[in-house]
Amino acid sequence: MSTVIPSSPEPKASLKARILGTPSAGPFLVLLAFGLIFALTNPRFLATHNLSIILQQTVIIGVLAIGQTLVILTAGIDLAVGAICVLGTIIAGKMVNLGYDPVLSMGFAILVCTAAGLSAGGLISALRLPPFIVTLGILGILTAALRLISAGGAFAVRDPFLAWTGNTLKLGGFVLTYGVLIMVALYAIVWYLLNETKWGRHVYAIGNSPEAARLVGIPVRRHLLSVYLAAGLIYGIGAWLALGRIPNADPNAMQTANLDSITAVVIGGTSLFGGRGGLIGTLIGALIVGVLRNGLTLAGIDPLWQDLVTGILVIIAVALDQMSRRRN
Amino acid sequence: MSQNCSRTPVRAHGLKLGVAALGLVIGASFGAGQAAAEDVIVGLVTKTEVNPFFAKMRQAAEARAKEKKVKLIARAGKFDGDNEGQVAAIEDLISAGAKGILVTPNNSSGMLGVIKKARAAGVLVIALDTATDPADAVDATFATDNFEAGVQQGTYARKAMGDKKAVVAMLDGTPGGTVDTFRHDGYLKGFGIKAGDPSIAGAAITNGAQDKGQVGMENLLSKNGDINAVYTINEPAAAGAFAALKSFGKEKDVMLTSIDGGCAGVRDVKDGKIAATVMQFPYKMASMGVDAVVEYAATGKKPSGFVNTGSFLITDKPVQGLESKDTAWGLKNCWGD
Amino acid sequence: MSDVNNSQSMATTSAPIVLEARNVTKTYGHVTALAGVDFELRAGEILAVVGDNGAGKSTLIKALTGALHPTSGEILLDGRPVNFKGPLDARHAGIETVYQDLAMAPALDIASNLFLGRELRAPGILGQVFRRLDKKRMREEARRAMSELKFRLPSIDNPVEALSGGQRQGVAVARAALFARKLVIMDEPTAALGVRETGQVLELIRSIRERGLAVVLISHNMPNVFDIADRIHIMRLGRRAAVVTPKTHSMNDVVAIMTGAATA
Repeated sequence: MSTVIPSSPEPKASLKARILGTPSAGPFLVLLAFGLIFALTNPRFLATHNLSIILQQTVIIGVLAIGQTLVILTAGIDLAVGAICVLGTIIAGKMVNLGYDPVLSMGFAILVCTAAGLSAGGLISALRLPPFIVTLGILGILTAALRLISAGGAFAVRDPFLAWTGNTLKLGGFVLTYGVLIMVALYAIVWYLLNETKWGRHVYAIGNSPEAARLVGIPVRRHLLSVYLAAGLIYGIGAWLALGRIPNADPNAMQTANLDSITAVVIGGTSLFGGRGGLIGTLIGALIVGVLRNGLTLAGIDPLWQDLVTGILVIIAVALDQMSRRRN
Repeated sequence: MSQNCSRTPVRAHGLKLGVAALGLVIGASFGAGQAAAEDVIVGLVTKTEVNPFFAKMRQAAEARAKEKKVKLIARAGKFDGDNEGQVAAIEDLISAGAKGILVTPNNSSGMLGVIKKARAAGVLVIALDTATDPADAVDATFATDNFEAGVQQGTYARKAMGDKKAVVAMLDGTPGGTVDTFRHDGYLKGFGIKAGDPSIAGAAITNGAQDKGQVGMENLLSKNGDINAVYTINEPAAAGAFAALKSFGKEKDVMLTSIDGGCAGVRDVKDGKIAATVMQFPYKMASMGVDAVVEYAATGKKPSGFVNTGSFLITDKPVQGLESKDTAWGLKNCWGD
Repeated sequence: MSDVNNSQSMATTSAPIVLEARNVTKTYGHVTALAGVDFELRAGEILAVVGDNGAGKSTLIKALTGALHPTSGEILLDGRPVNFKGPLDARHAGIETVYQDLAMAPALDIASNLFLGRELRAPGILGQVFRRLDKKRMREEARRAMSELKFRLPSIDNPVEALSGGQRQGVAVARAALFARKLVIMDEPTAALGVRETGQVLELIRSIRERGLAVVLISHNMPNVFDIADRIHIMRLGRRAAVVTPKTHSMNDVVAIMTGAATA
C-alpha cells in the first residue's frame, strides 16, 4: 500500500448520531421536567426524606428491570420476572421459618432464582422457542408452584438478615436503605459488563441481528443462556431486596412486576426489538414511574393518572424508537 | 376483607381531569392561601380500585371529607396482594403530610413496618375492614366483626331449617385468611356444630369468586347428594353455588346463606336464590375513619381498639328470636350497584 | 462435463493454489445441490464465481467456508485437506467472508462492527481480570484499516445504520481485509449499490488483491465481473462448467456457458 491517509481526527459524530447514541437523554429530560413540576406543586416533594422515599420505592422494580433490560436487549422479553422474584422470597422465608440459617436460606433462594432464569434461557436457546412463550409458561408454572409451596397464603418473615436490605443508613442528608445501595451497585456492575466488556458487546450484537452475531463467530445460544442466567441471579437478589422492603412472603405479590419492569425499560429508551438502549435509561425509567406516583400523591391528584401518563410515555418511547429505526 | 368478585365501578373521570389540571397548574400558588381545615389531609389506602366494596368505601370517604372540608387522597393496590403498592402509598402519604391514614391492609403483617413509620411521624393510622396482625400495630380498627357475622349466618341457617337433620357444605374463601377463618368458625358456632362434625360433608376453596364457587359446589354435590345447608364466604361464591344447586335440581331444598351485603347479593336474597345474607357496612367504616382523623386533627384525641361497624341479617323469611331486616331495607343500604 | 483449465490468464497460471475443492457433492434427500464440483483459487487472483440461480454457487461457497458439510469430496487449503466444522474454523484458517447481508450489528458503531466477535481486551489487570475492552485501540485499528483501504467515512463512532449502503459494504470489506490471512470470499458485494458506490467497492476489492490476498467474488453482475476478475468460474447444474478469463471470452460466451447453450 503506497499512500496511507493520515489518521487525522475525523469530524465528530453528528448531533443526531450522538443523541441516538445516548438513548437516556430523552428520558432524563422527562424526569427533570416532572421533578420540576412536582417541586413547584408541593415544596415537600424536594424534601430529602421524600426523595429518599422515592429511591426506596424504586428498588424492587429498579433491580428487576436490570434483568429485564438484559433480556430485552437480546430482543427477548421476560414475563417471569415477578414470579421468579416471589419464588425467591417464599423459598427464603419458608426455609428461615423452618429454622435454617438465614444466609444459607437466602443464598439457596437466589440459587433457585438463578436456576429458574437458566431454565428459561435453556428452553429459549436450546429448543429455539420464543422468549415470550417460554417465560409465559414459566410464569404459569411458578404461579402454581408458589401457591403449593406457601399453601395459598402469605406469611411473615421475621429474620433480621433477610430484612437487612431494608435497614437505613445516613449518607449526608439522605436516609438510604442498604437496598438502595445494592441497587446502585448492581446498576454499576451490569453497566460495566454491558458497555466495557465483550460479553456486553455480544448482547447488543445478538439483539441487533442474531444471524450476524452467529456469522462473526459469537456463540449465540450459549450467550443467550448466560443472559437469562444473569437475569435470574438479579431477580434472586431482587427477592432479598423485596424482603427488606416488606418482611412478608406473599404468593400473590408482584403480579404487575412484569409490566412494570418492561415499562421502566421502554420508557428508558431501550428498544423492544433488541440491540438498542442501555441501563442508565432503565434506571431513569424506573425513577420516572416512582416520581410520578409520589408526586401526584403529594399534589393530591388521583394516582390513577400515573398509569395514564406512564401509558402515554410508553407509547411515545416506542414511537420514537420506531421512527429512529425507520429513518435508518 | 371483603371477598367480592371484581366489578369496575363507573366513575366520573371528566371531573378528575379538571381537578388534575388545576392541581398541576395552580396548586402551588393557591395551596398556601386555603382555610386551616383544608390543610388536614386524610389518606385512604384500599386493597384494589376495582372491587365494589372498596369503591363504596372510597366514595363514602370522599363524601365525608367534602362535608368536613378536609382533603382526601385515595390510593389503592393494583391487585389483591399488591403489598408493595400499599406500602409505597403509605410512604407517599406520610411525605404528603397526611394527618391520618385509613388502610385496608392487603396482608395483615406486610404493612407493619411502614405503619410503624407513619405512627412514629405522628400520623393516626386506622385499619378499615381488615385488622393487622398484631391488631395493636394500628391505633384502631374499624371493621365488621366477622366472627359475629358468621354466627348470624349460621344461627339463621340452623333456625330456618327447623328440626331437619343437617348435611353442611362449606364454601370457603382463601384458606388461612383471617376473615375467612372468622366467618367460617362463626358459622359453625351459630349452627351449633364444631369443626370436624360428621354433619359437615366437605369444604371447597372459592377465593370468593363466582366461577370457583360453582365448581366447588358441583364437586361437593357429586361427593354427597344429601347436602342441605351451604355456608358461603361471600355473595359471589353463593351465586356460583346457586347455579350448581340449580343444575342438580336442588335449589329448593338447600339452605344457602352468605355474608357481605352487596346489592347483587341482596337482590339474590329478594329473588329467593339466597335465603339470607349478612350485610356489612363499608361506608360506615370509611366515614367513621374520616371523622376520627378530623377529631384527631382538632383535639389530638385518638380512637383505639376494635370498633365493630356492625352487621345486619337481611332476609325476607325472618325466623323467631333472630333480629333481621327485609330486602327492601337491604337494597336501600347495600353497596355496589 | 470435463474441466477446462487451459484458458487461464498468464498472471495466475503460475501462482500456487490457495483453496481447492475436489469432486464435492452435497445432497438434501433427493435434491442434489452440488454434483461433484471442482474448484481452484490461486494466490493473488480475483476469481469470480457466476452461474444461474440454483446452479450451486451459494452451496459451493457455504461448503468452502464451513457453513455446511459436503456430502462427499475434499477441500484443501494450501494443499492440505481441511474439515471445517463451522464458519469459525474457516476464519481461524485465514478465510474471511463478506456475507450478502454483511453480518453487521446496525446499532453498533463502525469500530465495534469491525471487531465484532474478535474484540481486543485491554492490557494488564484491567483486561485479564476485569475483562475490559480496549476501545481506544480498536478505534485506532479500525481507523487505520479504513484508511489503508483508502475508504473515507464520516466518523468511526457512527453506528453502522447511519451509513450508506456503499459505506456499509466498505466496512464489511475492511473487516474481511483486516483479519483475512489467505483469502476473502465476497457474496454479491455490489448487489444493492448505485453506480458510484459500486465503483468504490470494486476499488476496495482491487486493493485487497494488492495486499496479496486472493478474492472469491460471487456476482450476478457481468460488467462488474468482467471489470475486475482475473478468472471466471462458471457453475451449472451443481458442477463447474468452465473456467474462463475476461480476455479470452466475452460476456455472451459466459452467459451461453451458464445456460448450457455453449461449452467453453
